[in-house]
Amino acid sequence: MAKMNMLHAINSALDITMAEHPQACIFGEDVGYFGGVFRATSGLQEKYGKHRVFNTPLTEQGILGFANGIAAFGAPALAEIQFADYIFPAFDQIVNESAKFRYRSGNEFNVGNLTIRTPYGGGIAGGLYHSQSPEAYFAHTPGLKLVVPRNPYQAKGLLRACIKDDNPVIFFEPKRLYRASVGEVPEEDYEIELGKAEVVKEGSDVTLLAWGAQMEIIEQASDKAEEAGISCEIIDLRSILPWDVETIAKSVTKTGRLIISHEAPITNGFGAEIAATIQQECFLHLESPILRVCGLDTPYPLALEKEYVPDALKVFSAIKKSVEF
Amino acid sequence: MINPNNISLNISHALEFIDGHALNIPTLKILGDNGEILDGATAPELDKETALKIYSTMRFIRLLDERMQAAQRQGRVSFYMQCLGEEAAVTASAAALKHDDMIMAQYREQAALAYRGFSLDNFMNQMFSNELDLGKGRQMPIHYGSNELNYMTISSPLGTQIPQATGYAYGQKLNHIDATTGELASEIDNVTICYFGEGAASEGDFHAGLNMAAVHKAPVVFFARNNGYAISTPADEQFKGDGIAARGVGYGIKTIRVDGTDTLAVYAATQAARKIAAEQGEPVLVESIAYRLGAHSTSDDPSGYRSKDEEAEFRAACPIERFKSWLLKQGWLNEAEDEAAKDKIREEILAALKVAEKVQKPALEELVSDVYDTPIPALQKQYEELKEHIKQHPEAYPVTAGRIK
Repeated sequence: MAKMNMLHAINSALDITMAEHPQACIFGEDVGYFGGVFRATSGLQEKYGKHRVFNTPLTEQGILGFANGIAAFGAPALAEIQFADYIFPAFDQIVNESAKFRYRSGNEFNVGNLTIRTPYGGGIAGGLYHSQSPEAYFAHTPGLKLVVPRNPYQAKGLLRACIKDDNPVIFFEPKRLYRASVGEVPEEDYEIELGKAEVVKEGSDVTLLAWGAQMEIIEQASDKAEEAGISCEIIDLRSILPWDVETIAKSVTKTGRLIISHEAPITNGFGAEIAATIQQECFLHLESPILRVCGLDTPYPLALEKEYVPDALKVFSAIKKSVEF
Repeated sequence: MINPNNISLNISHALEFIDGHALNIPTLKILGDNGEILDGATAPELDKETALKIYSTMRFIRLLDERMQAAQRQGRVSFYMQCLGEEAAVTASAAALKHDDMIMAQYREQAALAYRGFSLDNFMNQMFSNELDLGKGRQMPIHYGSNELNYMTISSPLGTQIPQATGYAYGQKLNHIDATTGELASEIDNVTICYFGEGAASEGDFHAGLNMAAVHKAPVVFFARNNGYAISTPADEQFKGDGIAARGVGYGIKTIRVDGTDTLAVYAATQAARKIAAEQGEPVLVESIAYRLGAHSTSDDPSGYRSKDEEAEFRAACPIERFKSWLLKQGWLNEAEDEAAKDKIREEILAALKVAEKVQKPALEELVSDVYDTPIPALQKQYEELKEHIKQHPEAYPVTAGRIK
């Protein structure tokens, strides 16, 4: 085991993939010699050549169009969108093309080789256009898989699973944790199964559910709650599509309470889908309404970011509200 | 000399603008209206077998289009799109490729697929979205695709195939790149042709695809079918530059414009373009000029936006008749045999139509298959619930109810 931050862990997963498949290609804006604006692809161009790790022109729709094509050809396509805020020019290529490639052709063709990596989320004073969490837009699209890691170990294992999965996957990287999150990560290859949530901490009074960078927020809230004598079960959803209804339902059946937290605006955020499904699965076990602690329905702010974000204090307030209902 | 701006190092001291039409791009024409080789033109090498295959493909597509247009009017299929007037552009360009080159088409290129050997039954099964359709009855008529024939399944959104062709072609080139130098080490065995209309060329994906192909040196033959109309919008309301070809130069891509009703010119230009793509590992742009003689689709009536006189003028210059004249001059085609063949093809088309329209629709499981490689749990659950519902109300779902296990 080695100590790695999340960027090192991601770089390691990419390195293994590039060594494994001679046609695998990494491409995106500034990912070449520079190694990406966050350095996730550092050193890979030197190692695998300019023809396999290369800068693209500044065109997100082009990056994804190209990615769909090379993936359909049969080469592992590792496309980077520099910030998830800038993924929207590629929305058509992802939603109408990647997601429907297999279905519309009757499986004559597919882009299962496609993995899109993109940094998402706030906490870096990035304002409107370097902070968004756009996962819910894509969660409404059958044919895609969506995955979010919470720490370096998870990042490497989940990214390797995304790459090997035979469906197009968007891997949302919590950029706030890129360097902040450090942990033990095996140098060798391993995978973490997609579509499975993880119970990070067992508890009995309330289930707290989040993913990515929001995990450490609900963990902090749980610490506060424990001090107040409330036992929290903490779950990392990890895969947003497909998502692990069974694990969440099992936990809520036990605790009778659920709080979902995400940074994206609350209305039509993925928490809404979870709340709807869990009330159906666990209706007679619920002790209180399912609560969502999320971003406000505003664009992502700058000066008032602290007020906007669903921080540990807001989650803790929700825990008390849920328990005292 | 250091050139960070990546431009021609050509300094001028005179304030002068370059005219927007400065290139004045010519149109290559080889075959005359009466089947003669025009003065100064060089006919491409085209053997009898290939020439007749091109002709019989065009003839077949014209007859298929006529029959299926009528079938739509009879309410037998929901939708159709004809290739009318553009048969030479599509067929001759496909003929200039290798059989296993990838074709990424827009939608009006059924002739390219027919040239590759897509069977009449396959055409019919797709149009009737029955259980034998390779696309499993999921897309509207004419959205063909075949892995075996290297013809990428058609997607309705316009222009999306353009950057995809760049990516696909880049994949085809990968194994021919020297890993140490990054340069092309050998001739690329297969390339990609990408068809699109002059209207689709207004999409952002056109820009993205051509620019990336130029920058990453992808072996794609971009084949722009400038047929004058995007549904009802004429080309002069689509762009102001010198057609689509002028843009190729802007991207630093070798470009040629060709008379799209001239089978020999299209064949020669595409063959040369393919050679550049395969040997030099870079994209080429071919702009084919023809006229969309038919409507955009069966959902459209051109009489609302163009005159009968205009249509008549172009109808007289039929690309199939022109090539036929050349074949007759070569002594490769017999008029009586040609007419007999047409009668036979018409009969075959009608017979295939009658068979395909009776083949049952895909089974219910094809509603949920292929969304993912294997159905995800949530979808599997929805499928089980749907099956139960249909079993309870079989009369409301007659297409699938009898086949649910």
